[in-house]
Amino acid sequence: MPTTTATATAGDEGTNEGEIALAGARLVLDPTGALWWPAERALLVADLHLEKGSAFAARGVPLPPYDSRATLSLLELVVARWNPRTIIALGDSFHDRGGAGRLGEEERASLASLARGRDMVWIAGNHDPEPMPGLAGMHAGELRIGPLTLRHEPAGPLPAMGDGRQAAPGEVAGHFHPVARLVLRGRSLRRRCFATDGRRLVMPALGAYAGGLNIRDAALAGLFGGDFDAHVVGAARTYRIAHHACLPDR
Amino acid sequence: MDAPDDFPADLLPEPFRRWFAGRGWAPRAHQLDLLAKARAGRSTLLIAPTGAGKTLAGFLPSLVELAARPAARTSARPPGLHTLYISPLKALAVDVARNLERPAQEMALPIRIETRTGDTPASRRQRQRRDPPDILLTTPEQIALLLASADAGHLFADLKRIVLDELHALAGSKRGDLLSLGLARLRTLAPAVQTVGLSATVADPDTLRRWLVPQRGAGEMGDMVVADPGAAPDLSMLDSAAHVPWTGHTARHSLKEIYRLIERHTTTLVFVNTRMQAELLFQELWHINDANLPIALHHGSLDVSQRRRVEAAMGEGRLKAVVCTSSLDLGIDWGAVDLVVNVGAPKGSSRLMQRIGRANHRLDEPSRAVLVPANRFEVLECRAALEAVRAGAQDGAVVRAGALDVLAQHVLGTACAGPFDADDLYAEVTSAEPYAGLSRADFDDVVGFNATGGYALRAYERFARIREMKDGRWRVANPQVAQQYRLNVGTIVESTMLKVRLAGAKARFGGRVLGEVEEYFVETMRPGDTFVFAGEVLEYLTIAENEVRVARTHATEPKVPSYAGGKFPLSTFLAAGVRALLSEPARWASLPDQVHEWLDLQKLRSRLPGREDLLVETFPRGGRYHLVAYPFEGRLAHQTLGMLLTRRLDRAGLHPLGFMANDYALVIYGVSDMSLAVARGKLSLDALFDADMLGDDLEEWLAESALMKRTFRQCAVIAGLIERRFPGKEKNSRQVTMSTDLVYDVLRRHEPGHVLLRAARADAATGLLDIRRLSDMLVRIRGRIDHVVLPRVSPLAVPVMLEIGREMVAGGASEALLAEAEGELIREAMRADDDRDRDGRR
Repeated sequence: MPTTTATATAGDEGTNEGEIALAGARLVLDPTGALWWPAERALLVADLHLEKGSAFAARGVPLPPYDSRATLSLLELVVARWNPRTIIALGDSFHDRGGAGRLGEEERASLASLARGRDMVWIAGNHDPEPMPGLAGMHAGELRIGPLTLRHEPAGPLPAMGDGRQAAPGEVAGHFHPVARLVLRGRSLRRRCFATDGRRLVMPALGAYAGGLNIRDAALAGLFGGDFDAHVVGAARTYRIAHHACLPDR
Repeated sequence: MDAPDDFPADLLPEPFRRWFAGRGWAPRAHQLDLLAKARAGRSTLLIAPTGAGKTLAGFLPSLVELAARPAARTSARPPGLHTLYISPLKALAVDVARNLERPAQEMALPIRIETRTGDTPASRRQRQRRDPPDILLTTPEQIALLLASADAGHLFADLKRIVLDELHALAGSKRGDLLSLGLARLRTLAPAVQTVGLSATVADPDTLRRWLVPQRGAGEMGDMVVADPGAAPDLSMLDSAAHVPWTGHTARHSLKEIYRLIERHTTTLVFVNTRMQAELLFQELWHINDANLPIALHHGSLDVSQRRRVEAAMGEGRLKAVVCTSSLDLGIDWGAVDLVVNVGAPKGSSRLMQRIGRANHRLDEPSRAVLVPANRFEVLECRAALEAVRAGAQDGAVVRAGALDVLAQHVLGTACAGPFDADDLYAEVTSAEPYAGLSRADFDDVVGFNATGGYALRAYERFARIREMKDGRWRVANPQVAQQYRLNVGTIVESTMLKVRLAGAKARFGGRVLGEVEEYFVETMRPGDTFVFAGEVLEYLTIAENEVRVARTHATEPKVPSYAGGKFPLSTFLAAGVRALLSEPARWASLPDQVHEWLDLQKLRSRLPGREDLLVETFPRGGRYHLVAYPFEGRLAHQTLGMLLTRRLDRAGLHPLGFMANDYALVIYGVSDMSLAVARGKLSLDALFDADMLGDDLEEWLAESALMKRTFRQCAVIAGLIERRFPGKEKNSRQVTMSTDLVYDVLRRHEPGHVLLRAARADAATGLLDIRRLSDMLVRIRGRIDHVVLPRVSPLAVPVMLEIGREMVAGGASEALLAEAEGELIREAMRADDDRDRDGRR
């Protein structure tokens, strides 16, 4: 049995509101949907899907071309809040292989200034498996830092017992764009969320056009043994909701 | 009514006279008038009641002309299309074609009559382009498709006449906008074409007359022929012996009386305002259907095959009654209908007149209709509507400019047919009535939108859908654009519909599909909730693969009342009628005793809403403080007002908890004493209701309003920004979904003046948010707020107070709780100041 299966209850010893413990690491869930790891001074973001608008435009669907700008503003905001030493993007940072080439000048400058004076790590995603030419920072398949493994796509269901790479808890991933749906007093809300069972954490997508998959969907829910929580992003904090209190959509 | 015998002999050729005579008919005056107008080359609007031979009148000139044409058939080039008939309903086009075949066959006229709808096989559609019939009966969407093809010019070159059926039902909507643009195009392709509009009684005939002819800046109008309206309708309000409810829309108290009316008539159409009301009433009628009368249900959510079965049974006279919604406002005439029952408020006098017209198609006998109010305010509304119909007064016209999203679709369609010159197209577009006032700048924005999305950030030049050529004309960039256009054509954007499937007792799958519901309805339900659908109480189990799985239950009361309000808000005209009735106690004698007594008490306890004033009451109740206003501007405008007022009260530190609106009033409730705040000068009602709320407050609210997002989605789909089933047809479970809400958020933040946002705001002004009406009201009541401070709830406030908490009822005990609360509230409002009077009141 893995040694650390600390449940991520807000208010538990050692964690405050908006904080969770994952394989012993204390992590802060930022309401933008980014993850702050104080011990490493690392900021993690997932699924930026930059230049998704222009990717659609190329296929005859001219979505407003401001999505990269909107996504990068959000990233600038959260970087200013935590002043990280390292920024790690967990894959699908660009919507397609040609994405970086289509960035506007303003967006290119914004990326450059974000990377200035810090380490920038681009983890490979299924949309952007290769390094993007002309992009500051290093490219990686996956990353291990201390007790955590950072990768784009979660490595399948974790066996309760077992060995090898997959059995180790402490995975932080993206790919699924989790959202939670709630019905409160007859009103239906659908919001981005972190999903975690204390062993692995799936991060919400930061991209303005990224969209989302309901955490009750089998593809997402199946990643967790049974119980897991949604940490739903709000205006100034995240809200922890048990997965069974969230509703499926279609 | 019938034509004099001495009508000009040459107007109607001999075979036609013989045909009329053979059926024992004489041509009617308006039918001959239309022949004369056609001969004079005049486009004409015909206003005639149902059953007056309106359609035949529209076609007679074509038949006469075509009958005289056989010689032309021998010429080298086969003649093209002669007459186009356009109907809002596919079924109507098919039915009219059938009815037209009869005279054509009986007179052995050499005329080919065909229909073209979404159901027409592709092979036939192709053949129709190559070898068109003489008369083609079709829908606005098919016209748009035909015009977007390269052979449109050839196809329509010989077009002589266009017959627009039920024009009143199309004009003023986005579908009408699309059709008007199509008409403008057809007039360019066939400059000599005559148009004929057919309409039931209509609020604003002049708008329709302008529709029929090109607009050149002087408000040009087609001619008008008004047929004899026939006998005045026999119209009454059901004076129920039972207690008239304070609120609710089911008219359960009148159920037995409705049933007796159905028993006594041959065939009855029972109209209600919403699908859910139809469901509830249908179910209730079957509960008391001891005689096992064949009563059916018809509304837009039911499975199409089920609807067609009901229509067929109706046509064969096998049904005693149909409970229906506006799904049967238009359509095929059923001769056997001898009674129309309108349950609930009529909402507008024009709609009511059209519904009444569905009964008794013999002109010499009056149509018979009975209004059944479901609550006390509806009694007032029904009374006002009765008086309006008797006086023949119509709702005023709603002034509305053609939608920019529809124009965007049309511009792309035009490019698909062939290159266009922007100046020429602008001139053509502004000749269409809805677009007569379109500015060149708006037009150019729409062209720019079609090219590169029309963004200030010009990032998409290389992905343009249409491009300017060297000669200045615009053409489509590649054939895929035309392909996309064809998939996207039309203005009807269904809200996402989910199939309702009965889950088998054991099997997870299988089971019958009962129909479809809108996604938003399901979104607020939890597993275990019960609701009424397809005439049964069903339990909501789950949603899977775009289907709602349900089970039958033994429950008789659904937990979710699911009344989303009358689909149409109270018309401005009827609202004024209700206000007038309220302000003149001398006229209350015509009202039922209970209603009369209710108004007397309001006069005693508070004040009556004036004709032009806004009555505002504030009072405490149940540990909360309430503000009730009576604008009578319809539910949609009230909801918008409620949203904006609660924002303002919140900012003023008065902590509103919520609000509730109906068609007549709205209530805001909170924990701060609003009477006191006014008395101390902390709250100014004049400032609270100031029209400046339509500035920043409105903008802020629109940013997050779900209604606004839904409105934007519709514009984005119609304009072709996104495909109808964006992002993909089937959502497999692993696929991540992206909604247009994200696009709205980004666009609003980065380019708030974009043409699609402008289109969405224009829709919001008249559509789901009814901002224009709210704005008119706020201007009207400026400086005329009549504030009454009360120690407790007033009689007039009871109906809207009872709706608090009614939107969603969850949990089994809720009904009992509501009933308890309801009883308490009414006792409190009606209680005499002097306790001795108590026994005297019923």
